[in-house]
Amino acid sequence: MNRRKKATLGDIVFHVLNDSFLIVLSIACVYPIIHIIFASLSDPTELVTHQGLLLWPLGFTLGGYKAVFSNNDLLRSFVNTLVYVSLGTLVNMLMTILGAYALSRRNLMLKGIFMKIIVFTMFFSGGLIPWYITVRNLGLYNNIWAMILPPALNTWNMIILRTGFEAVPLDLEEAAYIDGASSFRVLMQVILPLSKAVLAVIFMYYLVSNWNSWFNAMVLLKDNARQPLQLKLRTLLIVNDAGMGSSASASAAASAGTGSNYRELIKYCVTVVATLPILCIYPFLQKYFVKGVYVGSLKG
Amino acid sequence: MNKQKLPRKKPLWPRLRLDLKKNRFAYLCMIPVLLWYVLFCYFPIYGVLMAFQDFKPAKGIAGSKFVGLKHFQSFVSSMFFSRTVTNTLMLSLWSLAIGFTAPILLALLLNEVNNLKFKKAVQTITYMPHFISLVVLCGILRMFCQYGGVLTVLVNAVTGKEYVSLLQEASLFRPIYTFSGVWQEIGWDSIIYLSAMTSIDSTLYEAAEMDGAGRFRKMWHVTLPQIMPTIIILLILRVGSLMSTSYEKVILLYNPTIYSTADTLGSYIYRRGIEEASYSLSSAVGLFCSVINFFMLWITNKVSRKFADISIM
Repeated sequence: MNRRKKATLGDIVFHVLNDSFLIVLSIACVYPIIHIIFASLSDPTELVTHQGLLLWPLGFTLGGYKAVFSNNDLLRSFVNTLVYVSLGTLVNMLMTILGAYALSRRNLMLKGIFMKIIVFTMFFSGGLIPWYITVRNLGLYNNIWAMILPPALNTWNMIILRTGFEAVPLDLEEAAYIDGASSFRVLMQVILPLSKAVLAVIFMYYLVSNWNSWFNAMVLLKDNARQPLQLKLRTLLIVNDAGMGSSASASAAASAGTGSNYRELIKYCVTVVATLPILCIYPFLQKYFVKGVYVGSLKG
Repeated sequence: MNKQKLPRKKPLWPRLRLDLKKNRFAYLCMIPVLLWYVLFCYFPIYGVLMAFQDFKPAKGIAGSKFVGLKHFQSFVSSMFFSRTVTNTLMLSLWSLAIGFTAPILLALLLNEVNNLKFKKAVQTITYMPHFISLVVLCGILRMFCQYGGVLTVLVNAVTGKEYVSLLQEASLFRPIYTFSGVWQEIGWDSIIYLSAMTSIDSTLYEAAEMDGAGRFRKMWHVTLPQIMPTIIILLILRVGSLMSTSYEKVILLYNPTIYSTADTLGSYIYRRGIEEASYSLSSAVGLFCSVINFFMLWITNKVSRKFADISIM
């Protein structure tokens, strides 16, 4: 029943205003990144004296990036991040799949009790300090498990995945059981393959969360050598700013040859390096997010 | 009244044993999951006892001296109490008024766009900031708010003042904190509202149109009421963290100059607890927040259940 309405003047005005607003919003969302990218390619001396908007790189230099990629501190933290992210996301997926599978079993007697135990933790927590003391008492300090185990589960993600598993048609599972498959095989060969979209969504959630994580590293890792990239960034971008020195930025600046001007440039370059990977991946998963959020919101 | 007798259920223990056998694999799967919750959620809840002691790590909870409400009293009567509580509440209220409503508005506007490609493009661009880490966001903010930075120049131009560094001005912290949050989350948060809007029955719109409803009336009388359940649930959750102890963004942005508006309960807990190792005091403050949050959540949930039949507990 598609009646072609004649566009009224009000309609046109609205669309023009609406679209303009959305375009302005989009520009505002993108501009800061573009500014950072341009700044990272700019000549450091010009950068320091420049004020306000940056519409193109001032001069052109890859010196900042050279300094970043030749700095051992930063490279090591990058490797650390890769390790934490891959191992961490693996553990995340494993734990979440186990929990979501069990909680999606329809006739599980203790399911109600399990859910109550789990959901309660979303509404009441012991707080930062008890958590910190607990984690340290468990021996999770200054080692890789300190980065992997505490954030191993996210209740929301588990609930989203559980909803996804519940959507797998019962007949398919039952057919598999009749054919003699064990529960494990049903999980691996029926449920998981049919839940690819939801699995992709929570995989991305965990991936991004692990990549961006810094606080656990800050309070649970003592050695400089174990720090992930985001924590190094914090030292460079935040701690430095407050006037406290940093060995990373000083050594990076020293390796570039000129003192504090290069410090500014390096800040921009490191920011770009830390953010670009995620920004390049995310557009390709748009359809998964929308679907995943929808699934999560249905029964969340 | 005729009470219908339910068929007698088989006794509990044998049923349970049967279920454990039948769903053996599922229960096995739950073991590591439950273990994680016990270790990382329930042990810390037990650790809340620290708030009532003079906790010394060497002695542990069992060995530390019990002091009752001493730390609560000392916090409430300290000069930090009114400052941190005010700042926390103000930031939460700002975030509620602006940060919560903005995504809804964006979703409503995006819903009116006819060109699918444009709509998708705007969506993809606006939720990009969500993927930027908090450290990077705060780094960018600091760069933009320093002397000569984009925001500083902009704010000076608009207000006519001559700020040197925006993050040294206590009066600017709340707007900076709130609007950077909007910038980061408006696109992402609008996804859930847009998803809800796609499932609105189009006959409702047609009926409204036949009754002579224009664009904005349709928004008000059809779209908003239809997504109200989603809005209310998210609102309940938001209100349930009014006394939030979220510390990450604050500690990345603040500095002693602006503690008067920037120091929140969360950042205070972090500073006293982790930096200064006053474990018992910060546990007490943390418990104070958790209890209030839980209470707020419970009340909002009850109110919502009564008036709108929607609840999450």
